[in-house]
Amino acid sequence: MARLRNFLDKIKPNFEPGGKLHAFHSVYDGFETFLYTPRTTSAPAGAVHIHDSIDAKRTMIIVVMALMPCFFFGMYNTGYQHWLATGATEFPFWSLMLYGFLTILPRVLVAYVVGLGIEFAFAQWRKEEIQEGFLVTGILVPMICPAEVPLWMLAVAVAFAVVFAKEVFGGTGYNVMNVALVTRAFLFFAYPAQMSGDKVYVAGSTPFGFGTPVPDGFSGATPLGQIATQAGPDITLTGIDGSIIDTWQAFLGLIPGSFGETSTLCILIGAAILLTSGIASWRIILSVIAGGLFMGWIANTFASPLYPASYIPAYDQLLLGGFAFAAVFMATDPVTAARTTTGKYIYGFLIGAIAIVIRTYNNGYPEGAMLAVLLMNCFAPLIDYCVVQANIRRRMKRVTVKP
Amino acid sequence: MSNKSVFFNPFSKNNPVIVQILGICSVLAVTVKLEPAIVMGLSVIAVLAFSNVIISLIRNTIPTNIRIIVQLVVVAGLVVIVSQLLEAYAYDVSKQLSVFIGLIITNCILMGRLEAFAMANKPWPSFLDGVGNGIGYAIILIIVGFFRELLGSGTLLGYQVVPDSFYAAGYVNNGLMILPPMALVTVACIIWVHRSFNKDLQEK
Repeated sequence: MARLRNFLDKIKPNFEPGGKLHAFHSVYDGFETFLYTPRTTSAPAGAVHIHDSIDAKRTMIIVVMALMPCFFFGMYNTGYQHWLATGATEFPFWSLMLYGFLTILPRVLVAYVVGLGIEFAFAQWRKEEIQEGFLVTGILVPMICPAEVPLWMLAVAVAFAVVFAKEVFGGTGYNVMNVALVTRAFLFFAYPAQMSGDKVYVAGSTPFGFGTPVPDGFSGATPLGQIATQAGPDITLTGIDGSIIDTWQAFLGLIPGSFGETSTLCILIGAAILLTSGIASWRIILSVIAGGLFMGWIANTFASPLYPASYIPAYDQLLLGGFAFAAVFMATDPVTAARTTTGKYIYGFLIGAIAIVIRTYNNGYPEGAMLAVLLMNCFAPLIDYCVVQANIRRRMKRVTVKP
Repeated sequence: MSNKSVFFNPFSKNNPVIVQILGICSVLAVTVKLEPAIVMGLSVIAVLAFSNVIISLIRNTIPTNIRIIVQLVVVAGLVVIVSQLLEAYAYDVSKQLSVFIGLIITNCILMGRLEAFAMANKPWPSFLDGVGNGIGYAIILIIVGFFRELLGSGTLLGYQVVPDSFYAAGYVNNGLMILPPMALVTVACIIWVHRSFNKDLQEK
């Protein structure tokens, strides 16, 4: 590691003012601060400001680490669903992991290369420092998409989201909507055939010649996709091999779905990491779950054959689809969430409730968590404004002297 | 202002859509395909030019407090004529444009030009102003329609442009381009490019 530090120090003069590579100093800065804690602090020597060791880059690394359980489980599950679809009876662990790894690796690479490339280009162009806001987004994007989303679509969607959801608003920290979710929304609306249906959520190809081709005619619909096509109060959810998916299965997550969202167990591990390190707000996570349970309970109480999803109990609503993932990793994005304490409760509760409303009462969209978070992202500043104004009004009333 | 600048200013420096941000609703609605966008552009040019001339001719006799109503009556009459002509000679396109020909009446560009220019200028400059602003509007409509039809449907004026080999290789038309949000994003891109070339238009 010392060698890396020495190398960085050696090439540093080239990037300082007057150096021949000064034009690329933001690129150098980006890599240096990514690898090492910055040597400069905002306070000059001798000042008494308290400094925490955490900065935006450390925060993001912790989020990426919190995503790792879901990521590894996604690799396993991708392989597992593929093996199921080929009709296998044995599931060799390392082969499943390797298959999942080979499937997701190109997606992760494409997301990072395109996203970071655009971000670096914008930073150079605006003569700003690089903010690695894309560190988390780049890993989130492949995790919330089907494992086999075509690479060029992913590249187009990431480019669109980074430019139009983030850079035009001023870059990292200024975006109104969650960039990863904008990417997914773009894919969902632009290429619906590749983002929905009963085939896309199970990997069927053979990346780098690995795996077995999947026979035609299998059905790999996600549980929520199956619900949308069923009628009547008796809803049975089945895996690819025809086995019944019960609450426990949905919790463990060996079910078809987007790459990283299926396992509520792994999401809970990630949530534990985020909460103990103080990165995510427990208020938001808790109120999203409360909102989901409340709306799920209402929908279940007034279940009707018109809306088949209303027959699943509220706790199952939380386990299926991307709800848990959105609650822990999407709603808590500190940039796009509400910032006031009261605002966080309102923001989270509405995300949970709206996600279930969309999921249940719009049969066209089997999943509503993405749209709910994006919608509330837009309302977060308004919620904050109202909370702050109410606070001001309350205090003004207190100080007014009555004649 | 010379007649020349009256005519040419709305093309770029004073474009009604991308500088004054008027008439956005119809840009969203009629630009899914290129053909209706062209027809809509031509209709607006015609209505705007002639309503400008008519209002300019009677500008000194219109009582101030009912001038908006008079302007609306003139525009409405012209819109009905255009609509009837389209139904007679280009029925399919008029079907596609549906209510939006009628809604030219509410297009902010028309009211804006009548109020700001025709009420205060002679007929010939008013005519040039109407044609110029109409063309400025039509240019944007055609650019937006071009990109939305090309990327959203893979066609231009109904003819397939994207070769079949692309589709065979896995290319898929972008469904979002057909939805209204992408019209806004396309207009935003045009504004972005336009302002980066015209630095004096950039807001501080």
